[in-house]
Amino acid sequence: MAEHSDILIVIGPASSPVKKGDLAALGLGKAASEKTGGAFDALVLGPHAAEAAAEVAPHGARTVFTLDHPDLATYTAEAYARAAHAFLDGRTYRLIAAATSSSTREYLPRLAVRLDAPMASDVLALDDIALDDVAAGDGTATFTRAVFVGNLLSTVELSGALAIATCRASEFDPPETGAASPVEAVALSDASLAHPRKKFVSTSQAKTERPELTEAEVVVTAGRGTKGPDKGIPLAEELADLLGAALGSTRAVVDAGWLPNEFQVGQTGKIIAPKLYIAIGVSGAIQHLAGMRNSKTIVAINKDPEAPIFEVADFGLVADLFEAVPELIAKVRELRREA
Amino acid sequence: MSLKLLVPIKRTPHRDSRIRIAADGALDTANLKYEVNPFDELAVEEALRIKESAEPFGGGELVVVTVGGEACHQQILAALAMGADRALRVDTDEPLDSAQIARCLAVVVERESPDLVLTGKLAYDDENGQVPAMLAEMLDWPQATQASSVEILDGGKRARVVCEVDSGLDEVELELPAVITADLRLNEPRYASLPGIMRAKRKPLDVMPLADAGDIGGGRARVLSYRELPPKPAGVRVESVDELIGKLQERKLL
Repeated sequence: MAEHSDILIVIGPASSPVKKGDLAALGLGKAASEKTGGAFDALVLGPHAAEAAAEVAPHGARTVFTLDHPDLATYTAEAYARAAHAFLDGRTYRLIAAATSSSTREYLPRLAVRLDAPMASDVLALDDIALDDVAAGDGTATFTRAVFVGNLLSTVELSGALAIATCRASEFDPPETGAASPVEAVALSDASLAHPRKKFVSTSQAKTERPELTEAEVVVTAGRGTKGPDKGIPLAEELADLLGAALGSTRAVVDAGWLPNEFQVGQTGKIIAPKLYIAIGVSGAIQHLAGMRNSKTIVAINKDPEAPIFEVADFGLVADLFEAVPELIAKVRELRREA
Repeated sequence: MSLKLLVPIKRTPHRDSRIRIAADGALDTANLKYEVNPFDELAVEEALRIKESAEPFGGGELVVVTVGGEACHQQILAALAMGADRALRVDTDEPLDSAQIARCLAVVVERESPDLVLTGKLAYDDENGQVPAMLAEMLDWPQATQASSVEILDGGKRARVVCEVDSGLDEVELELPAVITADLRLNEPRYASLPGIMRAKRKPLDVMPLADAGDIGGGRARVLSYRELPPKPAGVRVESVDELIGKLQERKLL
């Protein structure tokens, strides 16, 4: 049975294959359990829980719990918060955390209210975690977070016996794999988890053969300078395909209807840190920088030498993208042929 | 029926502010300019549009609420100048955490009985984004977050909301009352007109002492300090595509 020193990593709605970010969150679980001297468990929620759990199992959790229920078939924050809460009945943890996603951002606060526990959002690191007096429920957990559109860091302290957090997956690594942990299916006696006044209607997603932004090692992002779907966007797409990269966009490109919202990188959109980030015709508004500034290598191609994107770029090329990108594509293709 | 809309707003440093840190790790607020949190401004705008579209079936009332000290007066005036009907401020200069603020708002909701709470998806300063979902859970209301479109149906009984999610767009339907949060593409907030600014000063503003909110619990999430980002080594300007390729090959990225 779980103890006051144990950590729970929540994955849900789980997908198969499991998202890289969900595996990275296990890294927070492991690091936290090493600090508390406890163990970490994983709770995998949703209709794909069983397949996902098999992928989670080699990553070092003590137990991988799976939980599915008819009301989790389509995602709603209300049902996922209730499911996690029902699972926690009679179980004690020191920290409950999940990778930040559009889902966890909205159901972990609901879970925090249900558990009467404080929460930190989208943490970059766990600095410290301690429980001074178990009986008194007296403890603190401190985290590093990015605030003010990624321009500053803050240290946040959560006090009490239980802390809740979402974590920025790009700042954590999945624990090394080893022998598979036991997987245990949990059955809920609750007849209904859904909120009676909420109904899921539909979901829509652009069809793409390219990797997802949050999964890709290389990202090519098209900015306003690409001038649209009949001009520079196809160049960004061609380069992305050549590099096996995900396609990203800025807010302006989504607002203009050139690419759908799920491609947006930034404070609104995805916050990512791929190995290589190539920004094409991107000016570099702070809201965009907040979403990509931790990328390992940043390349910027922009004809405006004053563009703020150059301040975060490792390699900046001041050039007309309509000349530079076709040249880059041709030369990379040439290199590939030689190799 | 008349539709009642409650829009919680937060006073945040202006979005273009260069935020500095004082020697003790606190924010240096000396020369900061403030505004209505940009995402809350989108919520005010959406509430105004909902109210305007409700004219044929009894109209509506838009109440803005904030939790904070007297300094928030400017932001309340800004929302009233956009067209909100009246305002309520839960008076405190204490730094409250998300759960405490949600608790205050839950008390205001019980008092005001709105059909809909509309607010920003997160605040531009601390970027927690916890209050709306916490409030919804405290009230046991359904929620729709990161909305890019809100449609009120059946004369204010239901709302159909398109939400921006990681995978694309989700459409959900809520029976009111509910909590909805605004995302970037929900609308373009209007500028306050000069008559709007004049009228704002005469609109009702209630101040509720924090004590009237009852037991909001102790603060259990607090910022200990702020610090600058670790410096990043300056990048290099390359002169040609060939040089760029060379640099990427050095890093084994091509």
